[in-house]
Amino acid sequence: MVSIDLNNFWSSAFQDLLVLVGYILLILVGLVLAVSYLTLAERKVLAAIQIRVGPNVVGWFGLLQPFADGLKLIHKETIIPTRANPFLFILAPILTFSLSLSAWAVIPFGEGWVISNINVGILYLFAISSLGVYGIIMAGWASNSRYAFLGALRSAAQMVSYEVSIGLVLIAVILTAGSLNLTEIVEAQKGLWFIIPHLPMAVIFMISALAETNRAPFDLPEAESELVTGYNVEYSSMTFALFFLGEYANMILMSAMGSILFLGGWLPPFDIVPFTWVPGIVWFSLKISVLLFVFLWVRATFPRYRYDQLMRLGWKVFLPFTLFWVVLTSGVLVTFNLYPGS
Amino acid sequence: MINIAAILFYLFSGVLLSSAMMVVTARNTVHGVLFLILAFFNAAGLFILANAEFLALLLVVVYVGAVAVLFLFVVMMLNVEMGNIQKTAREYSVAGGLIGGTLAVELILMLYSWNTSPEAFEMISSPISKDGVTNTQALGNLIYTHYALIFQASGIILLIAMVGAIVLTLRHREGIRRQKIGDQLARDPKDSVSLVDISPGSGI
Repeated sequence: MVSIDLNNFWSSAFQDLLVLVGYILLILVGLVLAVSYLTLAERKVLAAIQIRVGPNVVGWFGLLQPFADGLKLIHKETIIPTRANPFLFILAPILTFSLSLSAWAVIPFGEGWVISNINVGILYLFAISSLGVYGIIMAGWASNSRYAFLGALRSAAQMVSYEVSIGLVLIAVILTAGSLNLTEIVEAQKGLWFIIPHLPMAVIFMISALAETNRAPFDLPEAESELVTGYNVEYSSMTFALFFLGEYANMILMSAMGSILFLGGWLPPFDIVPFTWVPGIVWFSLKISVLLFVFLWVRATFPRYRYDQLMRLGWKVFLPFTLFWVVLTSGVLVTFNLYPGS
Repeated sequence: MINIAAILFYLFSGVLLSSAMMVVTARNTVHGVLFLILAFFNAAGLFILANAEFLALLLVVVYVGAVAVLFLFVVMMLNVEMGNIQKTAREYSVAGGLIGGTLAVELILMLYSWNTSPEAFEMISSPISKDGVTNTQALGNLIYTHYALIFQASGIILLIAMVGAIVLTLRHREGIRRQKIGDQLARDPKDSVSLVDISPGSGI
């Protein structure tokens, strides 16, 4: 349990504050690097699946390509449409990007490797991911453009729908772990990762994560063929780059959530010697990478969903099934006296 | 010694009250909803100051993450014209003023007989439970053990409201084709394609 004595803040905690800022900078730099290499990985994976080479000109194997892209975006001009709402237009990408960064405050990278080990960490993550829709909806409205607005409305409906099933998936996991604290959820998976008892929930979580991050096959908000690119069509330069970075940072966040909830976070697959030599953060990064590969793999493999099919899947398939699974989980836990703390 | 908790309390409540004021006075309805979201956030901040972190995050998840999105959705779709609003506002100003005035008088009358207990001042930054029970446990104990029946009754009321909303808005329109995935998957080439021998000039 974390409690901050606010009244002794200045006298005791100035040094801690400096250390904290250091940690935050470390995570931010790592995250931005991870995002830039995720874009490269996406292009390489897509190229490999389509039997192409992918970016290979800038740097060794194209390893400097993300920086070339970044430089190009910074050099461009920021255009604000004449009839747009300038304040909201600028605020939207900033909001998207900063939300996708702030969620990392509660992610445990290893045993005790967490900036803020709060009691309700999983609720905090859920709250942050449910706020992501505002960046998109504000961008769509503030651009004063039909395409952007339609994209934003689609996105709002889609994210609200899939949040419901993600919430129920979280409840099933919380019931099994007996805690809302992310570190305790990982600790509860010692010996048995939750993907084994909760395999259908893990699949539903992954699919909902695709919908929540607006990725293919649920990338209707930015359907190129009908909406140009949807909510970010009026954006250029750094404002566009922030949306882009935010989307990829959200993918990494969803993968981190998936590995914490179902794949045991930093825990090794078996608690025996050769596996326990590897530090926890390596396991955690490996699990995140595997889930990110699934994101890219799905994008290369599946055609885009139609809008009514998307809504049908969310409300008529996932919602009843996850609800049933929550009831089943609690029933099994009570019947066999398995609930945590018994 | 600066009291950080007090400063934060007045900051949150100040922003909360002023953004609540802006919700009703903003000329642009979308700005109004965005101010409402700001108000929700500051209310969540007040909950966190009172060590009620579970309630704070629940407020953000439910109200900011879902309810306000729907508000924004509707307000953006409606595209309200301000001219009309000013006209209707003038028409309703008498009734609205009466209701608002009555409420204001009631509030002022209540303020006269209001005694703030000394404990309430301590509540600004004091933890809700001091004996190490987490928020979630304390709330769960309250709702599911002590007030289980009341909780279930409120659930039933919500269910009735939901059924009512669906009944009011449900309409069956003719001539709408819906996708039946089961039928599609159950189709067989043998049933759907047939070879017909037609004599010339007769049609099928």
